Amino acid sequence: MDITVNILLTIATAATPLLIAAIGELVVERSGVLNLGVEGMMIMGAVGGFSAGYLTGSPWIGLLAAIAMGAVFSLLFAIMTLSLATNQVATGLSLTLLGLGLSGMMGTSFVGQPGARLPNLDIPGLTAIPVIGRLLFGQDPIFYISIALTAGVMWFLFKTRTGLTLRSIGDSHTSAHALGIQVIRYRYLSVIFGGACAGLAGGHLSLVYTPQWVENMTAGRGWIALALVVFASWRPWRVLAGAYIFGAVWIGQLHAQAFGIPVPSQLLSSLPYLATIVVLVLISRNKRLTMMNTPASLGQPFVPDR
Amino acid sequence: MSANQDGANLLEVRGLTKTFGTLTACDHIDLNVAKGEIHALLGENGAGKSTLVKMLFGTLEPNSGEIFWNGQAVTITNPGFAKKLGIGMVFQHFSLFEALTAAENIALSLDDGSPISTIAAKARALSYSYGLPLDPQSLVGDLSVGERQRIEIIRCLLQTPQLIILDEPTSVLTPQEADKLFETLERLRSEGKSILYISHRLEEVKRICDRATVLRHGKVVGHCNPRKETASSLARMMVGNDVPTVVRAPAEGIETAQPLLEIRALSRKPATPFSIPLRNINLTVRAGEVIGIAGVAGNGQGEFFESVSGEVPQQDAASVRIRGKDAGGLSITGRRLMGAAFVPEERLGHGAAPRMKLSENLLLSRHATDGKVFVGAGGMVKSDAIYAAAQRIIKAMDVRKSAPDPEAAALSGGNLQKFIVGRELDRRPSVMVVNQPTWGVDAGAAAHIRQTLIELARCGSAVLVISQDLDELFEISDAIAVMHNGELSKPLPIAEATFEKIGLLMGGAEPGHAEHALETS
Repeated sequence: MDITVNILLTIATAATPLLIAAIGELVVERSGVLNLGVEGMMIMGAVGGFSAGYLTGSPWIGLLAAIAMGAVFSLLFAIMTLSLATNQVATGLSLTLLGLGLSGMMGTSFVGQPGARLPNLDIPGLTAIPVIGRLLFGQDPIFYISIALTAGVMWFLFKTRTGLTLRSIGDSHTSAHALGIQVIRYRYLSVIFGGACAGLAGGHLSLVYTPQWVENMTAGRGWIALALVVFASWRPWRVLAGAYIFGAVWIGQLHAQAFGIPVPSQLLSSLPYLATIVVLVLISRNKRLTMMNTPASLGQPFVPDR
Repeated sequence: MSANQDGANLLEVRGLTKTFGTLTACDHIDLNVAKGEIHALLGENGAGKSTLVKMLFGTLEPNSGEIFWNGQAVTITNPGFAKKLGIGMVFQHFSLFEALTAAENIALSLDDGSPISTIAAKARALSYSYGLPLDPQSLVGDLSVGERQRIEIIRCLLQTPQLIILDEPTSVLTPQEADKLFETLERLRSEGKSILYISHRLEEVKRICDRATVLRHGKVVGHCNPRKETASSLARMMVGNDVPTVVRAPAEGIETAQPLLEIRALSRKPATPFSIPLRNINLTVRAGEVIGIAGVAGNGQGEFFESVSGEVPQQDAASVRIRGKDAGGLSITGRRLMGAAFVPEERLGHGAAPRMKLSENLLLSRHATDGKVFVGAGGMVKSDAIYAAAQRIIKAMDVRKSAPDPEAAALSGGNLQKFIVGRELDRRPSVMVVNQPTWGVDAGAAAHIRQTLIELARCGSAVLVISQDLDELFEISDAIAVMHNGELSKPLPIAEATFEKIGLLMGGAEPGHAEHALETS
């Protein structure tokens, strides 16, 4: 029983950074902007969070620093693509490359240092309940944030007027502009929100997952988050499902490798990717629904004529 | 200049100017709209009408000039401010969001925080009271163009505007839908609202408008009472000189002529969730005749053209036959080699590669059919021959351009269309299929294109024209068929065709045509 609980907990820990980064990117893409710089913003969040936590000794300050770092770094992307109307794909890719390089440079002196770890939740009485206690009341704070974030984004996008406006901009920025909606302002805020989420996801890696700094420690998670958004056809609950499927198969294959089952490890390592794609493709079979949820103006620069 | 003092003018525009680079789209425009009148803004494509109303609605910023609203000078900086003043706009190119419902679309333009369900109920009530029934829950992507326009109108009316600007509202409607719109406009006028009505259709301006301001090349060339003018005097004001009339000699012996283009039981599944399937289309175009296909935009004309041209080949090779041979499985080039020629609707991207020269565009479409002339030994391109051919087409079609061999994108829409049509006509094709031959082309050039299409047919070719412009189809066709919801009606000989009959078919009123999905009032 204890082993099961432990496995479930590790799955949640593996899924959380993917979920947060993907939910942030989902909001960005719903506004019609394609930011391929998730990996870069994530690693900047990781190094920012670690260094602030290490220098102040407080993982909470580290957490705030990770969010701020991601947001500030995404602002660079926003200025380039929204104010200067550069190509979003190229700018996003350079953001990732810049982030990986810059974080490596900033983190040189932190390599091998023990970092501050965010404590897990501990509610007397509740956390001690067998099985569900630790699952529901004993995880790290970012796990709860990730769930709240998903629910919050769902509510925001589909239940509020502002969310409707954001989706309309993603559907057609020219129509939105014609109605007098401040397209660029909405997109700025979306990109910064996405950056803050990616930063938080990076902070999860360096403050919870493995509380230390290792160069390139995001190890492609930003790219997985990006893929999740597309395969989840821009719907929050599917992003959640995708992140957890990925996390579950990831942890599962690690255990399988540890048991030494006679399947090539390369095949096992590729399983999480395969499983996630297959499941998400299956649930997005409905072409019509997918079409409705795809932001039609995704990736197109918007330059209003004046 | 001072503002109008008696307060009868709702809107006054003085010397409004807008330039884009070296082009002056609007040049010192003066305009008065009185309370409770329908005021027409007349002009050809590119005369500056849309630019003017965009400045009135705050989506474009004028370079100079003044706008007075109820006698007060105002600077309209954004559409939100225009709406606050009481200006509502029904756009020409719809400003709707396809992936959202009608109610959500309406909510987006209303600034109050009321819930979507309240807005939906209000929209439904208002739409029925004006006889423009609307289902607020329907997805815009699923709606016909006429239905989409209802959403635009209802959305505009819900803002209780004083002035409603309608930009080319009837270009997408059937004649019956247009009648319904005119009733609505007359009712709005009787309620004291002012309407600025933009159009290049003279008959409807004569019918409903109280006054007209005529624009040409960005300048106001006259104010008049359209009811006291004739269609040809209005046209002369708009165009600047007399428009040549198209002559159509009656076609003789068509029934026995050889069928050059045959379409047999052509069906096609919808390519995307929002597109139209083709349902069992049959049509024969014989040597010497022009067949027109009418229909409201988005009823499958685009899909039909793609299937006939070979942009999308068919499974069933016999579904398209050119000069008596199966062509359904062939590509565009294959069909061209059989003697067919095609002019698609989109000029830039389909009809021509925008960043390539006219001569290069000529080679792109005719390298196979005119291989011997344009391509020499070892696949080397014969630039001189191509250049000479391009110049011949430019001369024959009177294409106006700024350089000897400019890029396609450097030409105005009308001139590029003349070149594209000329490029195909130059081959003397035995089958010619044209989608929207004169969309956005000025009146003189349009008459020229129409005349050449008729002449091509009279020389023994089969000509098929798809158009939304009913006047055009009545001018050039020997028979008109109507496309509705992916089905094609039987061609009606021009002697029997009337606007009313064609309009009913466009609305889907024929046995065998699917009933319109929406409930009628």
